[in-house]
Amino acid sequence: MDRDVAIIGCGIVGAAVAYELAHCELDVEVIEKENDVAMGTSRANSAILHAGYDPAPGTLMAKLNVEGLELAKKLCGELNIPFRECGSMVIAFTEEEVEELKRLYERGVQNGVSGMRLLSGREALKAEPNLNGETRAALLALSAAIVSPWEYALSLAENAVANGVKIRFDSEVTGIDRLEGGFAVHTASGTVSARCVVNAAGLNAERIHNCVAAPSFSTLPDRGEYFLLDKSEGHCVEHVIFQCPTKVGKGTLVSPTVHGNLIVGPNNETPRDASDTATTRQGLDDVAHMAKKSVPSLNIRESIRNFAGVRAATDVDDFIIRHVDDTPGFIDLAGVKSPGLTAAPAIAKMTVALLRECGLNPVEKALWTTVPRPRRFSEMDADEKRRLLARDSSYGRVICRCETVTEGEIRDALRSVIPPRSVDGVKRRCGTGMGRCQGGFCAPRVVDLLARHYGVSPVRIPQDRSGMYLLTGETKTGEALECTI
Amino acid sequence: MYDLIVVGGGPAGLAAARAAAEEGLQKILIAERDGEPGGILNQCIHNGFGLHYFKEELTGPEYALRFVRMIQKTQVEMKLDTMVLDVRPDLTVSMIGRAEGYQVHEARSVVLAMGCRERTRGALAIPGARPAGILTAGTAQRYVNVEGYMVGRRVVILGSGDIGLIMARRMTLEGAKVLACVEIMPYSGGLARNIAQCLHDNDIPLYLSHTLVDIRGRDRVEGVTAAKVDDLKNPVPGTEFTLDCDTILLSVGLIPENELTRKAGISMDERTRGAYVFDNMETTTPGIFACGNVVHVHDLVDYVTLEGERAGRAAAAYVNGGCGSADARTIALRADGDVSYTVPQYLRLSGEDAGSVPVFFRVRRNIVEGTVVVRDGDEKVAAFTRKHMSPGEMERIALPLRLLGRVRAGELSITVEKVAS
Repeated sequence: MDRDVAIIGCGIVGAAVAYELAHCELDVEVIEKENDVAMGTSRANSAILHAGYDPAPGTLMAKLNVEGLELAKKLCGELNIPFRECGSMVIAFTEEEVEELKRLYERGVQNGVSGMRLLSGREALKAEPNLNGETRAALLALSAAIVSPWEYALSLAENAVANGVKIRFDSEVTGIDRLEGGFAVHTASGTVSARCVVNAAGLNAERIHNCVAAPSFSTLPDRGEYFLLDKSEGHCVEHVIFQCPTKVGKGTLVSPTVHGNLIVGPNNETPRDASDTATTRQGLDDVAHMAKKSVPSLNIRESIRNFAGVRAATDVDDFIIRHVDDTPGFIDLAGVKSPGLTAAPAIAKMTVALLRECGLNPVEKALWTTVPRPRRFSEMDADEKRRLLARDSSYGRVICRCETVTEGEIRDALRSVIPPRSVDGVKRRCGTGMGRCQGGFCAPRVVDLLARHYGVSPVRIPQDRSGMYLLTGETKTGEALECTI
Repeated sequence: MYDLIVVGGGPAGLAAARAAAEEGLQKILIAERDGEPGGILNQCIHNGFGLHYFKEELTGPEYALRFVRMIQKTQVEMKLDTMVLDVRPDLTVSMIGRAEGYQVHEARSVVLAMGCRERTRGALAIPGARPAGILTAGTAQRYVNVEGYMVGRRVVILGSGDIGLIMARRMTLEGAKVLACVEIMPYSGGLARNIAQCLHDNDIPLYLSHTLVDIRGRDRVEGVTAAKVDDLKNPVPGTEFTLDCDTILLSVGLIPENELTRKAGISMDERTRGAYVFDNMETTTPGIFACGNVVHVHDLVDYVTLEGERAGRAAAAYVNGGCGSADARTIALRADGDVSYTVPQYLRLSGEDAGSVPVFFRVRRNIVEGTVVVRDGDEKVAAFTRKHMSPGEMERIALPLRLLGRVRAGELSITVEKVAS
């Protein structure tokens, strides 16, 4: 066997499992179908670390949400991942909704959530003056937080790689064979054999499961659309503002982001397929309409980007975290919908326990190297900037004007343990193109830096996934006339 | 201590610095974030620049070079690859640069000339998939004209701003097929001459009162759906048609780039999205002037240059103590009716009688045979007749100073009236 464990999928769940296993004397490889970490649901969601009053008591979702929240905050602190404990509010407009808040509160108590308080409408409006004046009550949860989900997943994966985990990108799984004492995972870039397989394939977990076992769950992809608003609107609210949850989800929220913007969404709709992250006019209109119920003064005209994410929901109303029947050594981590981002590190710890049951005996490594997320130039004060520039002038060339991202930071990312391979890969690591002009100014410069770094033509640099080509060729491709003078 | 720091080395900044130098300011600095001066002109390799200012037709780089050469003959200092991070109301300016690191400079005056940026897909919330191949016309212009790379083969232009029109022609000349230009308004956002030379001359259809209702494609754009819109700009069901393209260029408006201005606490006009300015291009913060596209989006660089020169001269006067005398009277200009804004928004009169003040504005809709009327309360004080006005073309009137001395109210109203037929 090449490996002790093969992890399929490098979203937040796969990355968290890789991070956890990297602490052990194990040979681990992550197999990712895209060219970067967190390319699916993990990068297109509400970016919330939930307090844990939503899931029904007794479910894995309830248990792992509350456990995961503490672990996630600790990790974010250790790894310098942007997060903020801003707290959340669920607001109620009717008597029935006020009753629902009380039920949520009780549920939170049962789930072990601390720091909850029921507020009167007046108290809620005092804390959040832009809320709808009709707000009758609110459930405040102080432990809820916001996070940068892609930087979180990336940092976990980077730390895993820095501590010995292998990762292969652009390697979609094409089939899995059972071997004596393990599995052969066939991918677009070759076969990996491993004693155990962890199926963290998100929206594709059903297909991966069905490669080796009888079908046991069905994916019900559920799309949510969002607006991201300009930083001028970033302080419209200070808490994550939810409406009362419905059958399908936690409803439309309005929340600050760790990058200083305002995020508004999602809705729930059925996409054509799991990869269909298109937005629709109707969907976006619905989101804007719903969000204005919470915050009537919401300035949706300051939108700088719209996107949609697809939730990896299944017909099982809970996370599916278990050994696959009759397939020893194969573990499903499927159906990880909200609060999956929060639960991920707890899911990872549970996975290690499941792997022990498979006969692996992970021993903790003596040595561990922490690779914290680098501090961004724009986060520094004047003195730090001055010192950094005195040391290295490449931090004096601004590549992204809107977010003040410097060439030095992009160079550092290109030298990091998981270097970016696309324009959006640089965006996720450095913040280029995250601002108002959405990369209009910096994209050609980022393409140039990537092409130089990899020694390829700019035509080969994708916007995001491999295959998302930006340029179609050179303008004047004819032979230049030889100069005779 | 600098006499003047100019933020931005595009046409506005270059003109301001040169004019200030001509007025005798000694220590002038231009901070330019790019590696060469000239701003966006450097990627505008088409002709049509300078018809008003130089009375000849130049390309963008040629126009820029003329000013760079003029600047080189002066004492003006230029810091390239240098980005201003902060302009404080006390006229200290912090900047970072590759060569000189983090610097804080004091100035006696500042001219803001940061230009503008393009509106994006996200600002319009255009629905659909998010494949590669959707970019603003200006970004495409950079790739094609400066970097030397093509951005697509079958192109749809959304919006009919001038950069989109220019790029429709450029892409055609470079061998791409431009399928259509789709404009949500019932009129074009660009200059009439660009509609003729870029679209008509290349047989590119212009769909007015149309928009894109869907974008398809996973990795790269595979097609769009366009539809007619009603008077409220809502798509009309049943009017959809598809265009089989791999690229969408957006030319849906320009926004003055005023992050530094806002941070400096300067009062902003929500209509222009630029600072409120007096007739000498001074902002509401004494000693800080603004000019060019950072104040309001121009159609022609010639007028940017003239505005830059006004700002530069005024900055010099300010430093030399000859500006903003205490007894100056302020008159507000109020844009009424079909006039959407004016620049300047305020006039400051110091008793001078000769000459005139240029006032720029745009109209909200196409107007044939209209009269621009200036009123002091109920009294008509000036009128200017125009054969044709359209939102895509900036209008300019010259208000004679001798008229202004007689204004009784604190403001003048500017409106457009239909000439009685």
